[in-house]
Amino acid sequence: MALLEIRNLHVTVEDKPILKGIDLSIDKGEVHAIMGPNGAGKSTLSYIIAGRDGYEVTDGQILFDGKDMLELEPDERARAGLFLAFQYPVEIPGVTNTTFLKTALNSLRKGRGEGELDAMQFLKFVREKARPLGIGDEMLKRAVNVGYSGGEKKRNEILQMAVLEPVLAVLDETDSGLDIDALKIVADGVNALRSPDNATLVITHYQRLLDYIVPDRVHVLADGRIVKSGGKDLALELEAKGYAQFSSAEAA
Amino acid sequence: MAVTPETIDQLRSVTDEKYKYGFVTDIDADVAPKGLSEDIVRFISAKKEEPEWLLDWRLKAYRAWLEMEAPEWAKLNIAPIDYQDAYYYSAPKIGDGPKSLDEVDPKLLETYEKLGIPLKEQEWLAGVAVDAVFDSVSVATTYKARLEQEGIIFCSISEAVKNHPDLVKKYIGSVVPYTDNYFATLNSAVFTDGSFVYIPKGVRSPMELSTYFRINAQNTGQFERTLIIAEEGSYVSYLEGCTAPQRDENQLHAAVVELVALDDAEIKYSTVQNWYPGDENGVGGIYNFVTKRAACRGRNSKVSWTQVETGSAITWKYPSCILQGDNSVGEFYSVAITNNRQQADTGTKMIHLGRNTSSTIISKGISAGRADNTYRGLVRIQPKAEGARNYTQCDSLLIGDKCGAHTVPYIESRNPSAKVEHEATTARISEDQLFYCRQRGISQEEAVSLIVNGFCREVMQHLPMEFAVEAQKLVGISLEGSVG
Ligand SMILES: Nc1ncnc2c1ncn2[C@@H]1O[C@H](COP(=O)(O)OP(=O)(O)OP(=O)(O)O)[C@@H](O)[C@H]1O
Ligand SMILES: [Mg+2]
Repeated sequence: MALLEIRNLHVTVEDKPILKGIDLSIDKGEVHAIMGPNGAGKSTLSYIIAGRDGYEVTDGQILFDGKDMLELEPDERARAGLFLAFQYPVEIPGVTNTTFLKTALNSLRKGRGEGELDAMQFLKFVREKARPLGIGDEMLKRAVNVGYSGGEKKRNEILQMAVLEPVLAVLDETDSGLDIDALKIVADGVNALRSPDNATLVITHYQRLLDYIVPDRVHVLADGRIVKSGGKDLALELEAKGYAQFSSAEAA
Repeated sequence: MAVTPETIDQLRSVTDEKYKYGFVTDIDADVAPKGLSEDIVRFISAKKEEPEWLLDWRLKAYRAWLEMEAPEWAKLNIAPIDYQDAYYYSAPKIGDGPKSLDEVDPKLLETYEKLGIPLKEQEWLAGVAVDAVFDSVSVATTYKARLEQEGIIFCSISEAVKNHPDLVKKYIGSVVPYTDNYFATLNSAVFTDGSFVYIPKGVRSPMELSTYFRINAQNTGQFERTLIIAEEGSYVSYLEGCTAPQRDENQLHAAVVELVALDDAEIKYSTVQNWYPGDENGVGGIYNFVTKRAACRGRNSKVSWTQVETGSAITWKYPSCILQGDNSVGEFYSVAITNNRQQADTGTKMIHLGRNTSSTIISKGISAGRADNTYRGLVRIQPKAEGARNYTQCDSLLIGDKCGAHTVPYIESRNPSAKVEHEATTARISEDQLFYCRQRGISQEEAVSLIVNGFCREVMQHLPMEFAVEAQKLVGISLEGSVG
C-alpha cells in the first residue's frame, strides 16, 4: 500500500477549477519531484494535502497510510506525520523559534502518546538538529520568520522538518531564493532524513536541486493535471525544452 | 411558614420605614443592612474599631460622594448601578460556601486544572470552607517571620490602622485624595480591607509579596484599599490578584491602590485580574473600576506597573505615575484581553513634574468576539520637567470582525525640551498564521494562545517568573472559542 495515494483529485477555488484530476502515488522510501510552470497548481496541491481552508474538493480522494486524509483537520494531519515546507513561510511576531518548535514537537509527541520534552531536553535536541543547518542559538531565539532573509526562512523550514521528523514531507520550492551553499545545506538536511520509513515530495522549478536530492520519480504538473511522469532524467529534459510542449495544447 | 411574596413585601415596607426614620445599625450584626448611608459608614468604621480621624475621613468622603456624578465614558456601556441595592459590610463567614469541591461548578474546576493550580488552593479559590489546618497558613507564618526580620510591614490595612496608625494617617489619601473621582471617593467612604506594605530604608524585600497575599486576600471584598510605602533606597515587588477566576457575588469592584516611592526606591506592582466576565451575552459579569496611582516622590525613584487584565465584564482602570522626583521613572506594561461582550477601557497617566523624568508605556490590547477594548492614556509634561522623556507603544490585535479596538492617547507637553514618542499598530490574527501553526501539529486553540502570547511578549516578560507561566496559560484560556 502506498504511503500517499491521490486519486482523480479535482479542486476548485472560488468556483474556479485549479486541479483537474490528479493521480499520484508515493511509496515509503521514495522521493518524488513535481515540476511545472507558474500557476499550474503545485502549491494548491500541497495545501490540499495539508488541509488548508478555502479550497473545495469536488471529486477524488487522498489516502494517507490508507486513511481518508480529507476527513482530518490540518493539525491532525500533522500529527499523522505530514509536514509541509511552505513556499512562503509565515511570520509569527513575538514567538521564538524555540517556543514554536517546542510547542509543535510536544503536540506531536502527545499525539503519539509520548511524554513532553522539558525546556532543557528540548534545547539539547533542537541544537543538534540546528547545527548541521548552520542555525545558531541566536536564530533559535528570534521570532519565527520575522525579519529573516529569504534563504534563512527556507533553512528554518528544514530545521522544523528535522525536528518534527515527518513520515511524509512536502517541500514547496524550498530551493528558490537559496544560494548554492545554502542549497547544499538544505539538500543535505533532506537527505539526512531519508529512510525506508518515510517519503518526500519535492516541488521545484529547477533541475539543480534534483542533482542533490535525487528523485525516484519526476512528474510534470501543468494546468491542473499531471501531464507526464518519468525517472530523474525527465528533469533534465524539462530543463532543456521547457514546459511549452505541455501548455501549448491548452493554450490553443 | 413559607416565604410568600406578601411576607417579603411586608418585610420591605418595615425596613423602608426604619430607613426613613433614621435607622441605627446594630453593631453586633455580621451584615450591615442593604444600602448606603452615613450610618453604614459609621457602622463599618465602628466594626473595625477605627480611630476618630479615620471615621471623619470616611464621612468626608461619603459627603463628597453624594455631590458627585458617576462618570460618563464614551466607550463603556454601563447599566446604571443602584448603590442602595448592595451590602457594604459583611463579616467573613466560614461555612457559607460550598462544602467541598464536589459542590463547585465543574467549569470552574476545569479552568483551575488547565492553570495547574494545586488542589488546596483550588478549594480556597472556589470559596470552599477550608479548615484551620490549611497548610498554607503555616507557610504564611514562615514568610511573615522572614519579613519581620527585615523590618518589613506586610499586613491588612485594618491591622495597619491598629498597629501603625501614624504611617497610615500620614500616607492614606496622599496619592489618591478622597475627592479624587467618583469610585475612589466611594471607596474612601466604605473600604472594608486591603493590604498595607511598608519597606524600611535601604531594605530590599527578600521575596515577592504574593503567596502570602493570595492567602490573606480572601474576603477583602469589593472595596479594597491598598497602600504601599517604599522608603529611601528600598525595593519591593508586589503581586496582586490571581489567574484563576474567583467566585464573587459582588458586581461592583472599586478598589484604590496608592504607592509611594521615596528617594532611590523602586516598586514593581504586578496584577493579574481575572474576575468573572459574565456569560457570552455579558450577563452577570463584574464591573471593575479601580484607581491606582503611584507617587514617585523621591529622586531616582521608580514605579513599574505591569497588568494582565482578562476578566470582568467592564474594566475601567488607569494605573498612573506622578513623576515628582528628579530622574524618577514610571513604567506601564499592560495586556488587556476582551472576549464575548467584555468592555475594557484602560491605560495610564504619566505626569512628569521633575527634571529628567522618564516614562515608558507598552500597551497590548486584544479583542475577540463582540468585545471592545480601548487604550486611553495621558502623558503630561509640566513646565519644570526639563529633559523629560516618554515612549508610548500601543498595539491592538483583533480576532474576528465583530470586535473593536481604540487608541486614545493624550499628550500635553509644556516643556520644549521634552521628548515624547508615540507608536500605534493594529493587526489581526491571520488565517495564514493559524494554518502555519496547525500544519506543525498545534491545535487551533493552542495556536491562538501561542500567537497572542507572542503579541504580548514585551509585557509578559515583565511579570515575575512564577506569575508569567500562569498568565500565559490564562491568555489562552480567556480566548477559548474565539476562533473557528
Ligand atoms: N485563493 C485563491 N484565489 C484565487 N485563485 C487562486 C487562489 N489560490 C490559487 N489560485 C490560483 O490557482 C492557480 C494555481 O496556483 P498555485 O499557487 O497552486 O500555482 P503554483 O503551481 O504553485 O505556481 P508557482 O510556481 O508560481 O508557485 C493560480 O492561477 C492561482 O492564481
Ligand atoms: Mg507555488
